[in-house]
Amino acid sequence: MAHQRSAILVEGLEKRFGTNEALRGLDLVVEEGTVLGLLGPNGAGKTTAVRILATLLKPDAGRAEVAGFDVVTQADALRSHIGLTGQYAAVDEYLTGRENLEMVGRLYHLPKRQARQRADELLARFDLADAANRIAKTYSGGMRRRLDLAASLILAPPVLFLDEPTTGLDPRSRMAMWDVIGELVAGGTTLLLTTQYMEEADQLAHRIAVIDHGRVIAEGTSDELKARIGGERLAITVARGSDLDTARRALAPYGDGEMYVDAARRTILVPVANGARLLADVVRDLDAADVHLDDFGLRRPTLDDVFLTLTGHMTTDDEIDRSSRKQEAA
Amino acid sequence: MMSVITEIPTSAPPIAALQPERRSRLYWILMDALVIAKRNLQHIPRIPAQLLDVTIQPIIFVLLFRFVFGGAISTGGTSYVNFLMPGIFVQTLVFGGINTGVGLAEDLQRGLIDRFRSLPMARSAVLAGRTIADLVQSVLGITVMLTVGLLVGFRPQGNVLGWCAALALVLLCGFTFSWVGAMMGLLAPNAESVQAIGFMAIFPLTFASSAFVPTTTMPGWLRAFTDHQPVTAIVNATRALLLGQPVGTSGWQALAWCVGILAVFAPLSVSLYRRRTTR
Ligand SMILES: Nc1ncnc2c1ncn2[C@@H]1O[C@H](COP(=O)(O)OP(=O)(O)O)[C@@H](O)[C@H]1O
Ligand SMILES: [Mg+2]
Repeated sequence: MAHQRSAILVEGLEKRFGTNEALRGLDLVVEEGTVLGLLGPNGAGKTTAVRILATLLKPDAGRAEVAGFDVVTQADALRSHIGLTGQYAAVDEYLTGRENLEMVGRLYHLPKRQARQRADELLARFDLADAANRIAKTYSGGMRRRLDLAASLILAPPVLFLDEPTTGLDPRSRMAMWDVIGELVAGGTTLLLTTQYMEEADQLAHRIAVIDHGRVIAEGTSDELKARIGGERLAITVARGSDLDTARRALAPYGDGEMYVDAARRTILVPVANGARLLADVVRDLDAADVHLDDFGLRRPTLDDVFLTLTGHMTTDDEIDRSSRKQEAA
Repeated sequence: MMSVITEIPTSAPPIAALQPERRSRLYWILMDALVIAKRNLQHIPRIPAQLLDVTIQPIIFVLLFRFVFGGAISTGGTSYVNFLMPGIFVQTLVFGGINTGVGLAEDLQRGLIDRFRSLPMARSAVLAGRTIADLVQSVLGITVMLTVGLLVGFRPQGNVLGWCAALALVLLCGFTFSWVGAMMGLLAPNAESVQAIGFMAIFPLTFASSAFVPTTTMPGWLRAFTDHQPVTAIVNATRALLLGQPVGTSGWQALAWCVGILAVFAPLSVSLYRRRTTR
């Protein structure tokens, strides 16, 4: 292998759909056995990146290597070394769980017996043994995702791509998925995981690359990113817009970073350290200043907060919406 | 942070890596197609519309033509049911091509195609597997039709050799139109339009042919089409083989049509599929 330690290496990747530039020079490095969380809003280019890395799409410019194979010139050879679980479960609805896995096993060119054994092993592992003989159409969303994930693990490939593995799942299924992913990582699989949830990247990834408009805008460990965007923040929404200034002054002594005021939503965000201990003091101060509150609480940083800090705008797809919000916020 | 990862019980051992089998390219082209064919055949009993295609529908067709039109159509010395059955076999298989297109269009609309494309399988397998499965499905349909036909008076003439030749020709015809359908499935934006376009193309081809009535009753301008199109040639050859009549030139014409259409549509479809899926 050309690159001993990087399981995924991406340099200057570009991809256009018509006039729409989905990727505009994407650079990524993922070390072997680690998890990279690709964090970004809808339309940022996450799926496009994953599809190129999984050989489903050809880039317009730039290059990428996965497990030592070039994704364009060595695509055929690469396919035996990767697994992909797409944003939408790619299972055959009219085959049973077992039939689905056996079919994929055969298409990975495993002998019949081995394909069957691996299917049973994965069904048990992913808590699908009881449903193994039911057609996938009868599965819940969480079960389909697990079956889909199992299908991408038939060969136990060294590199795995998971495109928004928990989007649309209820909290319980999401937790179950997180457990499964954690096990894989503990087993040494290199993982590239896309997500729209800061919390998910935080939980699962060793490093996080924040992507916007087809480009990485920040990269680092969760702690490093938090150091940049701040940890917890106090979010207050005042009942009367006219109180915003008063509230801002009352909150100033507690801030541990730049304060963000969203006039349209009558909301103020203040990064704070030791938020929980401050709460009582803050409420007392605001009360003394005669500010009435609609909402009040401590928030862990969300994707919106990350974007707000890194780019000064919220996570929206289209420019018009984006600029109008900026004006409102200003 | 990383709490989920650190909380993982150590009881679950990692999944052991497996090595794919190494065989020749040709072996995998065939095997992968058969795996996909199996998958498509497994669908038949589970999707009501597909099950009807190979059971109720052929029965209705045979009975309808035999008893509704049978009395009104004169076919010279041959009984109408004997005249009809070869035509209905061919008609069913030609229409079967639309199923291939619809199924393929549905596959392309679903996420499953991405799974297939991320696997180290032969690129032709999705198409070849579907046409093979449709061929098997056609054999099921023909068996049902033949049974019903025999019950309502169909009596093949001639010899077993001729019947086997007829069966071979009919299957080749089905396989051929399956690839025509495949191409429609690849060009159309969705499954519904394959259905619509397919019917518009296939209806005149099967009804303006010798499948249900002798073309001698048709006006000259229509015969210019009916007597020179593939379905008529295939029907005539099949009919001659099943009724022990001289095949004449229709046999070679039928074969030439099938091989010719196949030679154009199969490679074209595979290349369209590759292009469509490497966007
Ligand atoms: N097949 C396609 N045809 C045209 N535009 C596309 C296609 N796939 C993605 N796009 C566009 O590329 C951009 C990035 O999309 P995507 O990679 O799906 O983002 P994400 O997965 O981060 O939501 C979006 O603007 C999207 O509309
Ligand atoms: Mg996406």
